[in-house]
Amino acid sequence: MKNRILELLEENSRYTIQDISIMTDISEEEVKEIIHELEESQIICGYKTLINWDKVEQELVTALIEVKVTPQRGEGFDKVAKRIYMFKEVKAVYLMSGGFDLTVIVEGNSMKEVAMFVGQRLATLDTVLSTGTHFVLKKYKDHGVIFEEARKDERIVVCP
Amino acid sequence: MSMAHKIAKKVSDMPPSGIRRFFDIVNEMEDVISLGVGEPDFDTPWHIREEAIYSLEQGKTIYTANAGLLALRQEICNYMQRRFNLTYDPTNQALVTVGGSEGIDISLRVLLDGGEEVLIPEPSFVAYMPCTVFAGGVPVPIETFAENNFKLTAKQLEEVITPKSKLLILPYPNNPTGAIMEKSELEEIAKIIIKHDLLVLSDEIYAELTYGTEHVSIASIEGMYERTIILSGFSKAYAMTGWRLGYALGPIELIAAMTKMHQYALMCAPTTSQYGAISAMKNGDYDVEEMRKSYDARRKLMINGFRKMGLSCFEPHGAFYVFPSIKETNMTSEQFCEELLNEEKVAVIPGNAFGRSGEGYIRCSYAYSIEELKEALTRIERFVSKKLK
Repeated sequence: MKNRILELLEENSRYTIQDISIMTDISEEEVKEIIHELEESQIICGYKTLINWDKVEQELVTALIEVKVTPQRGEGFDKVAKRIYMFKEVKAVYLMSGGFDLTVIVEGNSMKEVAMFVGQRLATLDTVLSTGTHFVLKKYKDHGVIFEEARKDERIVVCP
Repeated sequence: MSMAHKIAKKVSDMPPSGIRRFFDIVNEMEDVISLGVGEPDFDTPWHIREEAIYSLEQGKTIYTANAGLLALRQEICNYMQRRFNLTYDPTNQALVTVGGSEGIDISLRVLLDGGEEVLIPEPSFVAYMPCTVFAGGVPVPIETFAENNFKLTAKQLEEVITPKSKLLILPYPNNPTGAIMEKSELEEIAKIIIKHDLLVLSDEIYAELTYGTEHVSIASIEGMYERTIILSGFSKAYAMTGWRLGYALGPIELIAAMTKMHQYALMCAPTTSQYGAISAMKNGDYDVEEMRKSYDARRKLMINGFRKMGLSCFEPHGAFYVFPSIKETNMTSEQFCEELLNEEKVAVIPGNAFGRSGEGYIRCSYAYSIEELKEALTRIERFVSKKLK
């Protein structure tokens, strides 16, 4: 049942306790308890809203940065990853297989701001060997949601 | 000069579908929340569409074999084995049809000479009765009731059998009620069918959409494989209504006869759809599972909503409809639906459109988003609370 509740919340975190209780056939108290447990154990890490900022009149720049680093003895990549993810500009950090080590997603108000962050904060870390910055030009789909005009329901209104 | 008198009597005498009349009213109005649609709200999964697009790129725009692409028939038979433990030979026991609807039409035309009785449990899909009449048969409705969870009982079946009875249409999981038939119930039906040497057209188009229970085909009951034609299709399970693709499975001679009729009437099912459908059968199990889960959540929301209003709502275990009773409001189904539409702008379908025993009920499809369903429930609740006073 935990998984089913997680799936429902992932689909729409605004479902109420009551909605979830009805849709899963378990009592509201139980739903509350399970969600509380999931939050406590950091399985549910937060509730956010998916926004297509391109449609808002505020410039917001996203960059994907390929980072090569020197792993440290006894710490592997974790310590250097922490040095990077602690910056508030950094929205996501992933350890990668392949040609580079870390994918760092950075958001800023302008390209310049992001470039400055990379140049002054990221590239200057001792353990960082190199960086490659790729700016996102357009987001087509994010977190499983396609960013396009809402489609109208074109089904025939009444049919057998 | 009117040409109306030139139309064959069996066609001109056939009343237009009750749904059609309602459609005309709804279509005139704006901002209506419609729970009247009998098709999924999902898009066809992309891998299916992609496969169809690829087939077009490859120039696969020619006729297929009359019975359908052998590769597709093979996949359909694999699927039947995998899901329902039924063995069919793709070379001579499977026919790919233009939607499940064609299967209904040609199987009746292949089996009826004229005057034979076709037993049809009601409420049920609106096409069985007209297709029976067009094929020269005599439809014999068997009313099913909420007290029996809208199931067909062996007793009711036996009561209507006459020497002229030829076949039973078995429409489960059922549109509009959402009722299903369990294995033990099918076994009782099978006894009567075998005793009276009848055939069964088992319309299993909603077989993939069952909740808390697995669909059982009557063809898997002992002695029934040789007397059953299974009709099914891609529309409901894979959200492929517009592709017009279905299939029929059954005894070699019957499928051969249906293929003959199909060959002269339609040549073959749409080629592009057939290529897409191969991917549906091969790689679609996960999609179906996801859609089923989503429908199930909405199903529960609807049952709960109607019961909270003080209406009795039988728990449907199949399809994507709920069929609550509106008898408590002392209105007829049509009255209820028309007033609901006028006062709250919610379109639902009067139960009597699916047969006389549907009177006193409404069919609500839950193939809509949770937000739409909640809004519709709020409006219906407001309407019902006024009427219950």
